[in-house]
Amino acid sequence: MAIAQAPNPSPVSWLQRWRQPLEAVALPVAALLSALILFGIFCAFSGANPFAVYGSIYKAAFGNWSAWQNTLIRASPLMLTALCTALPARLGLVIIGNEGALVMGGLAAVVAGLQLGTGLPAPLTQILMAIAALCGGGLWIMLAGALRHYRGVNETISSLLLNYIAIALMNHLVEGPMRDAEFVTKPSSAELDPGLWIGNLPGSRIHFGLIYGLIACLIAYVLIQRTTFGFAARTAGGNIRAARIAGLPVGKLTLAVCFLGGSCAGLAGMVEIAAVQKRLNASLVSNYGYAGILVAFVSRHNPLATVLVAILLGGILASGGILQRSHNLPDATVLVFQGIVFLCVLFSDSLYGRLPWFQEKAVS
Amino acid sequence: MATEALGWWGVPLGIIAGTLRGSAPFLFVSLGECLTEKSGKINLGLEGTLLMGAMSAYGVSFLTQDMVGSFWAPWLGVLVAGLSGMGLGAIHGWLSQQRRVNDVAVGIAMIIFGSGLAFFLGKPFIQPQASQLFTFNWGAWSSIPAVQSALKVSPLFLIGVAIAPLMQWFFRSTRWGLYVRAVGDSPDAALAMGISIFKVRFLSIMAGSFLAGIGGACLSLYFPGVWTERISSGQGLMAVALVIFARWNPIQCLWASLLFGGAQSIGPAFQSVGIDSYYYLFNAAPYILTLVIMVITCSPKRTLIGAPGALGKSD
Repeated sequence: MAIAQAPNPSPVSWLQRWRQPLEAVALPVAALLSALILFGIFCAFSGANPFAVYGSIYKAAFGNWSAWQNTLIRASPLMLTALCTALPARLGLVIIGNEGALVMGGLAAVVAGLQLGTGLPAPLTQILMAIAALCGGGLWIMLAGALRHYRGVNETISSLLLNYIAIALMNHLVEGPMRDAEFVTKPSSAELDPGLWIGNLPGSRIHFGLIYGLIACLIAYVLIQRTTFGFAARTAGGNIRAARIAGLPVGKLTLAVCFLGGSCAGLAGMVEIAAVQKRLNASLVSNYGYAGILVAFVSRHNPLATVLVAILLGGILASGGILQRSHNLPDATVLVFQGIVFLCVLFSDSLYGRLPWFQEKAVS
Repeated sequence: MATEALGWWGVPLGIIAGTLRGSAPFLFVSLGECLTEKSGKINLGLEGTLLMGAMSAYGVSFLTQDMVGSFWAPWLGVLVAGLSGMGLGAIHGWLSQQRRVNDVAVGIAMIIFGSGLAFFLGKPFIQPQASQLFTFNWGAWSSIPAVQSALKVSPLFLIGVAIAPLMQWFFRSTRWGLYVRAVGDSPDAALAMGISIFKVRFLSIMAGSFLAGIGGACLSLYFPGVWTERISSGQGLMAVALVIFARWNPIQCLWASLLFGGAQSIGPAFQSVGIDSYYYLFNAAPYILTLVIMVITCSPKRTLIGAPGALGKSD
């Protein structure tokens, strides 16, 4: 082993060196486990066998290839909406406007897709739709960032209010100006041309949105951890006064990072429309935004961890139906579980550096 | 019928009616948030508390109406709504004071947890009809039904109006009010006075959540008087913004709540006279109003007048 040839070849020093990184993995995992236990107790109180519930969640989320596909279909918008919280969080901003940015992105993509129609080659139109979605979501969150920077408005509250405004705007458009009179099931816009739909990965039901999500997370990781831009953003997030004194353009950073975060959620809106809904209506508001906040916090705003957590939460969301059918638990059970996970993860944050085992001991 | 007979007068009447009805939840939640923020912590989770209060008030009123009669059942519901809010507040109060834990993040988690719990437990109560709170019919002098229904005032609203000056007096003139303000303005000074910061904040958050829970009871037992999962639609969060607008002053919370209740009723008022093409945009009025007010009142250069000194600072 390479470790054995290290200058200080003892297993103790190896353990020593890994204790602190181990803490960063062990605490979230422990938080998830304790959330599972608390959730089990909650299920037991409502008359369901917790172990049967665990089994059902596992089977419905990761039991077989079909379940995996369901999970991954839900994971792809989660990865994108999570970045909407995770990226500004590196700047010290708590943005929760994910749902609104998703709606604005979907809206922009549909407007672009319907306006351009089939006049241009389909791939070009799709790229233009994606750009529209990126701008729609990005500018929406950038507004919250700008209000924060220029007016000192609390970005958490303003981004949340923007959610409601975006949803109202979408409802107004699909009930009025954009309504397709021939589609009677519910107020919706006209359908996108089939040539503009996002297809599935070969041999599966999973659409290409998953690839978008993975690429976005990878780019976000590289951007935050490996570029000067990311370093500047993290510096400003760590100590904004020091960043100002060092001459960093804090305002521009705020706007840029908020734009990037929002554009990821906007892309999620485009993916949901072009791959799943095919037309704009109220079904676009399906809580992917709020679940994305949870993903971002559980993954501690690390874009790579976001991928894993999104898949995990995608599985939990996919199991909502089975909990209702075979355990007679209401569909809000999944929401309760999300809340418990969130609270446990927040509590685990307070334990960093407090558990003696994870601290580096002075090697004598 | 009557609304058509009133013609355009239906719009201001509808807005007045909506103000009297719709401002009660804003009032309770904003007073609760005011008390919480005076102690130096933000509770964004009042949205979840509001839903939980609405659900438990409705559920308790429905379940006990055969036992204690339809007059007392809703009041029992109001009490349980406050207590369930206090339960959620206890979680928030304890968790948000742990080391390295951000109270805003806890608030977001409590929104998810509280609303999830409310939807979970409230599933059986979506269909049945629970006993509603009685109302004072101050419109009985009028022969116009629209005026009569507009002036049905809930006792809860009046209680809320009474709590506002009471809270003002509490902050200004009582020992406990001084403790809360000291902890919120200068925790170090409070510590030197021998006050337990944890206890004062914990109790303030619990009491604030009690009020917010009662605010939820206003929704489900008075107006709109049903329990659905969409009943609160962000009112708990608007109340947080409202406290900033009211500069952490309970009396101004009252005026701000009336303003917000009025803004909320613009959409339905126009719909009642037959203008519904902009229904959704009018319904977004309170959110836009909140945003505009925050843009006007906030400033990046100075802290706001009246803002508790320790608010939003990690300890």
